[in-house]
Amino acid sequence: MAHTEWRDAPELPDFSLLKRLARDQLIFLLEQLPGKKDLFIDADLMSPLDRIANVTILKQHEVDKLYKVELKPIVSSSDQLCFLIRPRIQTVKWISDLVNADKVAGRFRRYKIIFTPQKFYACETVLEEQGVYGDVTTDEWNFYILPLDDDILSLELPEFFRDNFLEGDQRWVTTAGSALHLLQSVYGSFSKVYGIGRCAKMVYESWRELMEEGEQRTRQPEFAKVFLVDRDVDFVTPLCSQVVYEGLVDDLFRIKCGSVEFGPDVTSSDKSIKVMLNSQDKVFSEIRNEHFSNVFGFLSQKAKNLQTAYDKRRGMDIQQMKAFVSDELKGLKQEHRLLSLHIGASESMMKKKTKQDFQELLKTEHSLLEGFEIRECITYIEEHINRQVSMIDSLRLLCLLSITENGLLSKDYRSLKAQYLQSYGIKHLLTFANLRQLGLLEEQQAGETLTVMESKVGKLVNDKTVGKLTDAFSSLAKKSNFRALSKRLALVPKSGEEYDLRVPRDMAYVFSGAYIPLSCKLIEQVLERDGWTGLEEVTRMLNGQEFAVTGAPNPRNKTDAQRIVLVMFLGGCTFSEISALRFLGKERDTYYVKQIEYMVNIKLSI
Amino acid sequence: VLKESKRAVNSILVDDDDEDEEDVERVSWSGEPVGSISWSVKETASSIRSGSEQSFPKIDTTPSLSKQGSGYSLSSLFKAKSKPGAFQSFSESFSDTSSRTYAPELRKPKSDGKDVVSDLSPEETVRRMQKGRAFSLEKFRSLQDKLLLLDEAVAVYDGNVITAVLIFLKKSLSKEILFRELMARDVALRHYVHYLKEMGEQKLLVELLKALGRTEDMALMHYKEHLNIKDESRRRDFLKSCLSLPFSQDDATHVQDHYTLLERQIIIEASDKKAVAEIFKKFPRKASILNMPIITTLYYSCFYHYGESEGTFSSPSNIRKTFRISEKQYILTALGARAKLKSWFDVDSLFNTKNWLGYTKKRSPIGFHRVVDILHKNSAPVQVLQEYVNLIDNPDLKLGGALKYKCHDIVINTYRDLKDRQQLIVYREKLERDSPEYRKIQELLNNVQIRWKN
Repeated sequence: MAHTEWRDAPELPDFSLLKRLARDQLIFLLEQLPGKKDLFIDADLMSPLDRIANVTILKQHEVDKLYKVELKPIVSSSDQLCFLIRPRIQTVKWISDLVNADKVAGRFRRYKIIFTPQKFYACETVLEEQGVYGDVTTDEWNFYILPLDDDILSLELPEFFRDNFLEGDQRWVTTAGSALHLLQSVYGSFSKVYGIGRCAKMVYESWRELMEEGEQRTRQPEFAKVFLVDRDVDFVTPLCSQVVYEGLVDDLFRIKCGSVEFGPDVTSSDKSIKVMLNSQDKVFSEIRNEHFSNVFGFLSQKAKNLQTAYDKRRGMDIQQMKAFVSDELKGLKQEHRLLSLHIGASESMMKKKTKQDFQELLKTEHSLLEGFEIRECITYIEEHINRQVSMIDSLRLLCLLSITENGLLSKDYRSLKAQYLQSYGIKHLLTFANLRQLGLLEEQQAGETLTVMESKVGKLVNDKTVGKLTDAFSSLAKKSNFRALSKRLALVPKSGEEYDLRVPRDMAYVFSGAYIPLSCKLIEQVLERDGWTGLEEVTRMLNGQEFAVTGAPNPRNKTDAQRIVLVMFLGGCTFSEISALRFLGKERDTYYVKQIEYMVNIKLSI
Repeated sequence: VLKESKRAVNSILVDDDDEDEEDVERVSWSGEPVGSISWSVKETASSIRSGSEQSFPKIDTTPSLSKQGSGYSLSSLFKAKSKPGAFQSFSESFSDTSSRTYAPELRKPKSDGKDVVSDLSPEETVRRMQKGRAFSLEKFRSLQDKLLLLDEAVAVYDGNVITAVLIFLKKSLSKEILFRELMARDVALRHYVHYLKEMGEQKLLVELLKALGRTEDMALMHYKEHLNIKDESRRRDFLKSCLSLPFSQDDATHVQDHYTLLERQIIIEASDKKAVAEIFKKFPRKASILNMPIITTLYYSCFYHYGESEGTFSSPSNIRKTFRISEKQYILTALGARAKLKSWFDVDSLFNTKNWLGYTKKRSPIGFHRVVDILHKNSAPVQVLQEYVNLIDNPDLKLGGALKYKCHDIVINTYRDLKDRQQLIVYREKLERDSPEYRKIQELLNNVQIRWKN
């Protein structure tokens, strides 16, 4: 069974400092608008705000009423309105409309927008164009990083992936750079930076710029190394069904901002319960990284132990009973409650996963990863689509097929797409266009289509630019090379070998021993070699864009910090990857702190 | 095991009080105590300036925070790290709006002095924009200067600044010229496209894509609009207008289908809403059929309009033909619908084929084990199940199905054919004494002519 605590684990930096900084700045900003005010908060900022402040703090700074931003007309009698929002054009348009409506009604109020984590010129332009620039003042709340757990930091930017990888908008690059800069200012300099991916490179550059102008910090560093990785370096991993406990909870119930809502089927009552999932939950912290086939045995053992502990009460005299109640009972009751919740969750997990023919689904995924019986896989996917079961699972399988096979054969692509649209709605042809743009779901082609596109454009521009365009187009049509990568890095263990999931021997355990997450394998290899030497072929297949930079010399005396690595996933990461890195950390006596843009649970729709 | 442990946990009697309730549900607004601001200030401040042995990062040695001296206050802490523009107090900026220190556009700040700001190079201007400091773009009047500015913004990877420059170019260049220049600048182009999308400038976007020769993208962009149209007849008309757009060949077919589908759904919905047929009374419709996928529509038609002639829009055969639905998909859908209604006769005829001698034979494009699954989910009686279990090709799947759905005859015959005496004995024990199945096993076991393998 898992032990999240292991001997000699290095002390992790105290991330509560980040919360405190964010809270203090928020208070400062609220004080800039003295007097009573109503506060409107973006829906997806509610939970992050929950983690760093509370209503009392807001009330202390004269926040009268709290509202969620719903882009609808408001009912507020306050003379001062404060908006705490993400820098989104739509929200700013809504605020502009409110202000203009007030103006028409002859109503006088003060308005302040606090953008977090930063403001964008595009948003301010909206204020200007709508004629309310000046009526509305703006500020920035540089709340870059939210610590979700002892070893997880998050930027909580769900739009990062779409903006960066689909739209090609680099607006969050500097945000990520600033987040790294903040970490460095608070926790000291890193000695080494590794990275791979276009975005990773840009983030590094933007961070370096900040460092160059920034103030000097040479305190004892609390991190040794940083690893930046783009999500599109490894699309395979987030496409696989998760089978570690925390991953499954996320797949089924959606973990948002470190907490999950268990419905009545889990709580066996008529109400839902919101639960924080982190290392504070003693039951959860023991099972979160475990393969789910181990979890049930563990939980029932736990239940027996609990029973024994309760049974101690029998035969106690008054004095002992008193001690028992004051020392142990509360702890036991807490554990009892957590235990019933996780047992309930496992139970409904089992129910749902057998109903959906989970085993068959896993088998297909494993075959795709192995490159084995592809025809059968296609037939399975086809039936999955025909039966109109889970739209997202169908799409995940299609993408996995495309990435592992370097695109679908033309006739397969057309037929599967047609059937998908028949089953789930024709509007999803937009989804297919997006997935093609991302390189997640493609039709194999003999270079024809590209040439047609080029020559069309070529008529409009001169030759030099056509060259540039060709580059741009061919970068769009990049190949995933998964098979070759998998072989080179030994991602898929030889089939037929027994894999004891109770005693994992490598990171493959997070996918039932069938696949080592590409992203984590890369991290392991690079750290082992202290760079990319020897991995040239691998990086070539990943379209290059790798780098390794040495910074401040290591302090002579080896400290705990030397063993702490910060891994930043640009575009999100999965709980399976987190579990795999925790496993790696245990093996290599290194501790990984994960910084992520957002927990992805790939949602690929229009 | 799980159930047991759950019961065990639940059976442990502990009086629940409200206080414990909170322990688990405490998620909202639970923060640490405030205060301690001074501590964090001290912590940050003391971490500055201690050595010089750094090679990475390159650091310029002007610690700004230490200059603040002893007057540590919350505001000075943030002032040191943040942009000057952000620190006007509300009252200041409100009462004197003209003196804002920076603005995204052509505004000339009073305080910074116009010469300083307007004579800056593209590099310096972009740098100031990145920092949120005062800047002016009005100096960039020649096309060359504008493009230098844009290229510089792209070179520093700052999407925010790239978009800001594009907004400036949008206002100061004709769209033909801007489009032409963007063609050769992929990064800037994508920012521009995204900006127009977010601003909802559909028309301009379509023009841009057209000018770029990205006609398919343009068509898709236009098509996407239908999602915002709620009224179904307006939506149908809009889809009709999409038919002439330059989609790829495949997508053109799909969009044509989309239009045809909605057109039919509107007709079907209008007549079924007031339908009086028996089936509608027995199984009242739960939702309208509008905007449902093709397969859902087919299911609906197999449920409510089965057996109608191909001439009617609502008949399954018409839908199947119109949307080129594969046999496999059709059988699967029709099977689901007819099984739901427990019309076993219809189910039967779905699989019947006649060979040239006129014998009927059951044939299915989907595995019979799947058929059995679907029938079972719709609680088909054993007699029906048994017939289909018997048709399963794979012997293991067949036996598995027979065991699962208690098709005794099949199980018994299979074991008999395997000459597996032991399994028969085991199976006999599961049956009711003196039931026909029980007796059948008994007879087999007494049959001396069978050579058992065990």
